[in-house]
Formats: sequence, structure tokens, C-alpha cells
Amino acid sequence: MPNDTQKISVKTTDFKVVGTTPDRPDGIDKVTGRAKFGADAYAPGMLHAAIYRSPHAHAKIVKIDMSRAGALKGVKAVVTRADFATGLAGENWNILENIMASDTALYDGHAICAVAATSALIARDAIKLIDVEYEMLPHVTDVDKSMASDAPVIRAGTADKSVPAGLGENVVRYHESGHGDIDAGFAAADLVIEDTFKTEATHQGYIEPHACLATLDTDGKGEVWCCTQGHFNVQKVCAALVGTETSQIRVTASEIGGGFGGKTVVFIEPVALALSRKANRPVKLVMSRSEVFRASGPTASASMDIKIGMMKDGRMTAASAVYRMQGGAFPGAPMEFTSMCGFAPYNLENVHQIGFDVMTNRPKQAAYRAPGSPMAAFAVESVVDELCNELGLDPIEVRLMNASHEGTKASYGPTFQRIGLVQTLEAAKAHPHFTAPLAENTGRGISCGFWFNHGGETSVTMALSEDGTVALSVGTPDIGGSRASMGQMAAEELGIPYEDVRVTIADTATLGYNEISHGSRVTYASGLATIEAARDTLKKLCKRAAAKWGIDEDAVAWVDGCAVPSGANAGDFDPLPIGKITRSMGRTGGPIVGHYEATPEGAGVSFATHIVDAQVDPETGKTAITRYTVVQDAGKAIHPTYVEGQFQGGAAQGIGWALNEEYIYGTDGRLQNTIFLDYRIPVASDLPMIDTVIVEVPNPGHPYGVRGVGETSICPPLAAVANAVSGAVGVRMTQLPMTPPHILSELGKKARAKKGGANG
Amino acid sequence: MVEVNLWSGLRSLADGHETVDVDAKTVGEVLSGLIRAYPALEDPIEAGVSVAVDGRIIASALDEPVNPDSEVFLMQRLKGG
Amino acid sequence: MSMIHVNTTVNGDEVDFVCDPRETLLDVLRDRLSLTGAKEGCGTGDCGACSVTVDDRLVCSCLMLGAEAEGKSIATIEGMATTEALDPLQVKFIEYAALQCGICTPGILIATRALLAKNPDPTEEEVRYWLAGNLCRCTGYDKIIRAVLDTAKDLRADAGEAR
Repeated sequence: MPNDTQKISVKTTDFKVVGTTPDRPDGIDKVTGRAKFGADAYAPGMLHAAIYRSPHAHAKIVKIDMSRAGALKGVKAVVTRADFATGLAGENWNILENIMASDTALYDGHAICAVAATSALIARDAIKLIDVEYEMLPHVTDVDKSMASDAPVIRAGTADKSVPAGLGENVVRYHESGHGDIDAGFAAADLVIEDTFKTEATHQGYIEPHACLATLDTDGKGEVWCCTQGHFNVQKVCAALVGTETSQIRVTASEIGGGFGGKTVVFIEPVALALSRKANRPVKLVMSRSEVFRASGPTASASMDIKIGMMKDGRMTAASAVYRMQGGAFPGAPMEFTSMCGFAPYNLENVHQIGFDVMTNRPKQAAYRAPGSPMAAFAVESVVDELCNELGLDPIEVRLMNASHEGTKASYGPTFQRIGLVQTLEAAKAHPHFTAPLAENTGRGISCGFWFNHGGETSVTMALSEDGTVALSVGTPDIGGSRASMGQMAAEELGIPYEDVRVTIADTATLGYNEISHGSRVTYASGLATIEAARDTLKKLCKRAAAKWGIDEDAVAWVDGCAVPSGANAGDFDPLPIGKITRSMGRTGGPIVGHYEATPEGAGVSFATHIVDAQVDPETGKTAITRYTVVQDAGKAIHPTYVEGQFQGGAAQGIGWALNEEYIYGTDGRLQNTIFLDYRIPVASDLPMIDTVIVEVPNPGHPYGVRGVGETSICPPLAAVANAVSGAVGVRMTQLPMTPPHILSELGKKARAKKGGANG
Repeated sequence: MVEVNLWSGLRSLADGHETVDVDAKTVGEVLSGLIRAYPALEDPIEAGVSVAVDGRIIASALDEPVNPDSEVFLMQRLKGG
Repeated sequence: MSMIHVNTTVNGDEVDFVCDPRETLLDVLRDRLSLTGAKEGCGTGDCGACSVTVDDRLVCSCLMLGAEAEGKSIATIEGMATTEALDPLQVKFIEYAALQCGICTPGILIATRALLAKNPDPTEEEVRYWLAGNLCRCTGYDKIIRAVLDTAKDLRADAGEAR
């Protein structure tokens, strides 16, 4: 049956539960320490595993000798690549190669073999007894150096057919898009600004390291408990990598201690399964923090050239961009999203963008909240800011003048449906923050940001209990309070109290396939599925009422939690509440269960506008964020407080990316900052309160207008903070992070240039 | 016939064309029509594409309808964080 | 390696355990006493997810050895709610949405209780600096700080009434 999401009638007012802020169902578990996360599972006879990782950035593995480790008392199993499936292709091969190297260590931290022992201490001791002989290879970790023709080659022949001839072997994918005539557009401009920008790789920085507990029997049946954004994906990947059938592996998603894209990827579960199969015991595997930094996915780093032409009145005439994205030792840097998102906020007749996916000797990049978009926004919005400065124009007025709206041909091709960028800009303009006076050494930055949002395969089941309460099973791990919003949408449709719905993240044996909780899809897609499952349930409830009353099914309507006769000839019956129908359901046709399985394709893109004040100490170069305001189009906020939380969290992560966070590699190709002390994410004393404005321009593809909110919030902050800092110090900041030494060096350059100018 | 807009990075695989006309009533038929017209497009299409139909981005469903006057853009498959 | 026998008090109950001399207090709480509320986010004392109090002093349990618990009184998140009710901080954290994923929440609650015991009327800045050793990646801290300040206000009002 084709989806009819486009024909959905969107209800945006008169809600009873949607738009309120009930307590989350997992709240008490999480404040009492009872909530069970990835590392909180134990099994009888359980072993503890540890992984041996390459200390080298690039080296041939000549020999692995595990005899001393295997002989250590308490060690029960060792595995190498030989203990995994063979004959894999495509992305499964990439995943396996990343989590257990075959013949070459491709980055510092690359897994080479693993052990399972009776205690975590013994497992770690055993790792120290593993002898690996290497043949060192030259390495490269910088994106621009890796594109050079003389760069060390990570893996020859990886490039796909889209890559133009003449580029280095490490350029493995290519994107090009746009429309109009950019040369004519630039020629017509009063001012053209062109600049080059760089961002460093950052980590998603979830506080919970990857963890799992796995059992795999010799007959191919397995169980996995793990912290993941997508347990159905874990099931599929694990089955392929250990060589069993998908349905034989049952995966349960634990509570997840943050993911932000980093837990969309499989790293350790197949290793635990392989060890379990060898040892015939359950195996627990937990990454250390330094393993998380060295060997799970950071985001791509970027090197970007942006050129924008503008008329004196602020109208943009043309824009072009080249994005070089470093994605580690495998293909996949999100250069196509970077390319498509950069100019999306602007209505451009002439636009062109190119993206390169470049491999280096670094860990395989993983998605991080709107993957690829924040870097593009940093570069593009910095140039827009510079144009406004040069032409003496208001940064919000210029953005309003050029803003994409319904009917605009997007920079990436298609025509926008209903979108809310203009509304976020208007709200930012009206916000007191925008016109508040600025303190000394302080700059104010504005930026817009864009993300697509996503639908994806979704399956939901709603089972009614005899007492009229509801068990709602969804298959998308709750990464931001989604159990509350699902419960709200179910209660809204059924006309029952929120407290009467119990929402569970069901395991892989309970529901059909559910795509990962990514792409800000959960409130949109699982929400739509919940609403549809509720409507399916209501049909079944109405049918029971019709049978009881002896009238036609079509003559029964559902109002405020009760079946009521509807229409002129339906007859006169008292409303029949849900509990009265469910009480006798066993005797009137059996259990009542509603469900929905489909791939909703009506996700709505979203925009945000952020305002930030940054104060820079000219003596130390340290930046303080003194005020921050997020304005974002949510489509519809199901639980406004949790929407605010997403806005604030995205802003805070973006501030960290802009000011502190970076992967630092030594000349030896080893990661230098593998603990939170050296990789500094924002702490409470680094941040001010983060003000939020929720704009609601309904998405026509969701019954209540939901767009999804998790990712767009991280798109504007890099640029907004950079624009604020640039304003404060009087120098255009073109590289992130803007650490104190970096800012001091820019201030020094400025002072020398001024002096030089005065002397000359 | 439906006019399908490729992203220009695919031009080299479609004899330099940036738009391709295919006979299609669904997203699935759009994709199979493209591969019939230019077999070199099979790799990028198999690697994962989304299809924007009248501004709505269809990430995976092949049964979504397409009309002769629909605006159709091929895009790289969307995913997120 | 020979094991060490340790007698201690956890959340008011007398407890004894044996452990490897290299095991941290966090390892012991989680793996030997089944108290998994304290979390290991870093193992280096940087994230605060393993916060507990030892003789009323706030510590990262990953930086202390299990053997050092001998004769001490340890308080963990599992002991925060009474048999009657949640602690006011716990209630306020849920109400304010001061948690998203919840992995940092036990540590932040323990750290906050230690703050309010020392300083019942902290400023926003004092709360921010006290909690600077407890990392949260989800919330941007806004709602956490508000929940702490509002709980402190309520507790001061209660104390005033009781007087």
C-alpha cells in the first residue's frame, strides 16, 4: 500500500495532552540510579573482555602472538579477525575491518585482537602480554595533505566511480551540485568575499562509553544487551559479522547514556559475540574512555573554500563552495550533507558546491548530530557575516532578504515545501537579546542553520490491557525523552490520561524492523507510527462497540476516550468508555492490539537562528559565552520542555566545538588527547543559561506537524560563536576551535599588521 | 515521461546529462528507469539515494507515486546523527 | 594476587567484601555490591559520573581504591531516596527536565547534595563552579542549574518554617 503521508490532515490546535509537559516515564529510574545502562548488565558465569589496539597510525600487521596472553590464568578465549565471517562486501566489510583489522592497522587505536577472562583486571593484564609484530608504514592525518598526489595511500582502489580523474587515491567519494550561472552571478555582485575555513574533528562526547553483554551459542543463537541508538541495526550487523542468521540474534537496547550519532555505529558487539562463542560463556565488553576517543567515531574534520557575491543592498547574487572532508580510514565523511546544507538557508539563483570524501589514518568518522552541516554553516555564515560587516548591513535583515521559504528552489535542487526559516529570523529579530547593549570586548554573532530530518522504517505495537490501559511498544531507543512524547501522542489519540500509557523500547524479537534513532526521526516517525497504531486500535474498539449495540461500525465515533453513536440513525446509547470495552474483550473477539508498520516519507526539513554574545579577554585570549539564544522551528513541540532541552544541548555542544574541542594528532600519528581532561567538553561553569524560542511552522507530513528537533540545534552555534568572537577581537576567525592560544596568535598578527602599517 | 534531475557529480556516468527522462509512475520505476538508460548509474543508486518528489524527500520507499509533471531530484541517501 | 577483606558502611548498612587490591571503589560498588548507580564515564576523575561521598566528603569513586573503604561510611545514589519518598532534589530534577539520557544524573545529584549541605544558599555561579567536575553532554546544564537553585530555595523555606 502506498504511503499516504502527504494526504495527512494536520491537526495543530485543540490538544489535550500534546503540548503539555508531563514527567518522563524513566525519570524515577534515572534519579535513583536504578536505570540500567549498557555496562549495568550482569549474567551468571559472565566473562570480561578487553581489546588490544594498535599503537601505530599505519602499520602492516606481520604477526600476532597471543600465546602468553592465552596462557594467563583466568583467560578463557582469544579472538582475531580469523574468528569472524569471511566473504563480506560493502559496508559490512568496512565495519568488520574497522572493529577488527585484517592485515593492516589503519589508525592509532585500531582493534587487532581481543581476550575474555574471568575478571576485567585479568583481561587487561592479558592485553599487555599480546605480542604483535608490525612493519611501519607512512601515515597521514590531515585532510589537505591526504589529498596531495604524494600522500601515503590508505587503501588503493577504494574510490567510487563518481570521483573525477586526477585526484589522489585517498579521495574516495565526490559530490557536485548546484544551478544557475555562478560566474555571471559573481560578476554582477557589488562585493565578492572568498575565504578558506577549517574545523577540527570533534567527538560526540557521550558520557557513557560503549558497553555490551553478549552470548552466542555454537548453534548460532545469540543475545545482546547494549547501549545503542539502533538495536535492529546492531542485530543485522552482528549477524553478518559473526556469520549467523539475523533472526537468531536478539538484541535489547539498554538505557543509553548519550549517543548524538556516535551510537548509530557498531564497534564492540560482534567482538563480544565472537569471544562468547569461543568461551561458551556470556561476555561483557566495556570501552574505556580513551578507547572511546581513539577508536569510536569522531566527526569529520573539514577544510572549506567559500565564495559569496552580494549587492550593496544585501541581495546575494551567487555562492560557491568546496568542502574537503576528512573521514578517517574508511569512506563515509558526510561531504554530501555538508554540500547540500551549507547554502540551504538562502534563495540563490546561482549556486554551486563540491564535496570530497577524503581518507586518512584516523578512526572511521561517525555521524554527529546533523552530520556535516555544522561545519558548512560555520564557513558559509562567517562569509555572510563578513559581507554584512563590509557593506554595513544588519545581519538579520540580510538573512531575511535572502531567506529560503516555501517555493524556493533549494541550493541542493528541489523546491522547498512549507518551512520556517523566516519565522525563526523574525523571532530572533524581535527577541530582546538582539538589541541588548554589548559589554566591553564583546561581540554578538548571528547564524542560521539547516538540517533535513528523516523518516525511515518504523514499526509500533499498541496492546490494550483488560483495565483499559495501554502498553505501547516502539523500536527506536529513547535518546531524548521520546517515551514521554510517544505516551503523549498515544494518550491524545485515545482520549485517555498520559499516565495510562506505558511505553517500552521493545527488543528485536518483538517488533518489525526499526531504523536507528537518528536523523531527528523518532518524534516524527515513531510518533506518526504511534498515532497510526492508536487509530488502528480505535477502529477495533469502535467495532466492538458497534457489535454490542448492534449498529453499523461506521455509526460509531470515538470521543474523549469513549465510543459514542454517531450520525442520524445510529441510535441512542450511553458512551462506552475504553475500560468497559477492554474488560470484556476476551469474550467479544479476543485481545485488542493496534499496530503500524511502514516507512513514513513526510519528514520536514528545519531551520534555526541563534544569537550569541562572546566576551574575549584580550590578555589571555579566553572566550566567555555571556548570553545565548536559540530560535528553532520544531514544527510542533509535543513536549515543549524536552524540545527546549534539545535546543540547549545542541547549542552547548556547538559552543564546545567552536571554542575547545579538537582531536590533536602528534607527528607520530597518535591521538594526543584521549581523556576528558585533555579533550575538554563544556562544563557547567563555561556556560550561561541558554534561552530558547520554539517556533512552530507545522510539517505537512506529520499528523500534528512534527519536524524533529534533535539535530538542527547544533548547526548554527559554530558560526554564531565565530561571528561573535570575530566581532569581539576585530579579526575574522577562520579556524576552529578558537582556543585562547589561537585567539592570542590572531590578536598578535593583527597588532603586528597595524604596527607594520603605521611604519610603512 | 518524468524528468529526473541528477546531482551534477553524476553527469559523467550519464553521458554528460544532468537531467534524464524516464517512464515511471513510482520512485522505484524512476530508479530502475535511470539504470536502464545509463547502467553506470547503478553503483551510486545501489550505494543509496533519496528521491525528492515535489520537494518531499523520499528516503527509501519505492512505492511512492510520481506524476509526469512532478519535480524529481535524485539525492544522496539521507542519514543522521 | 591475594584478595583483601574490607569492612565498611554503605548507605547506612554494614557491608563487607573481598577485593583485588587494584580494584577501585567504583569497581567494588558496581561489581561486588551490585550498586550500579555510580557510573564509569572516564576512569580518570574527570567526569564525576561515579561521585559518591565517603565520610560526607565528595569523591570520585574511580579514583579511590576499594580497600580504602575500610571503616568508612559511603553514600551512593541508591541511598538518596528514603523509604517514604524521593529526595526533594530527585523530584525537582524530574520536574525541571534536568536530565536527558540520565547517565550523569546520579553523580550530579550526589554532588549537589554535598553542595547544599555545605552551602544552603548558593549563587548560580557557585552552583556552576561546584558542578564543574560533573560533565553532562545532553542538557547544556541550564535546567540542572535551575533545578538546583529552586530545590535550595524550597529547602531554605522548609528550614525556615521548621524553625
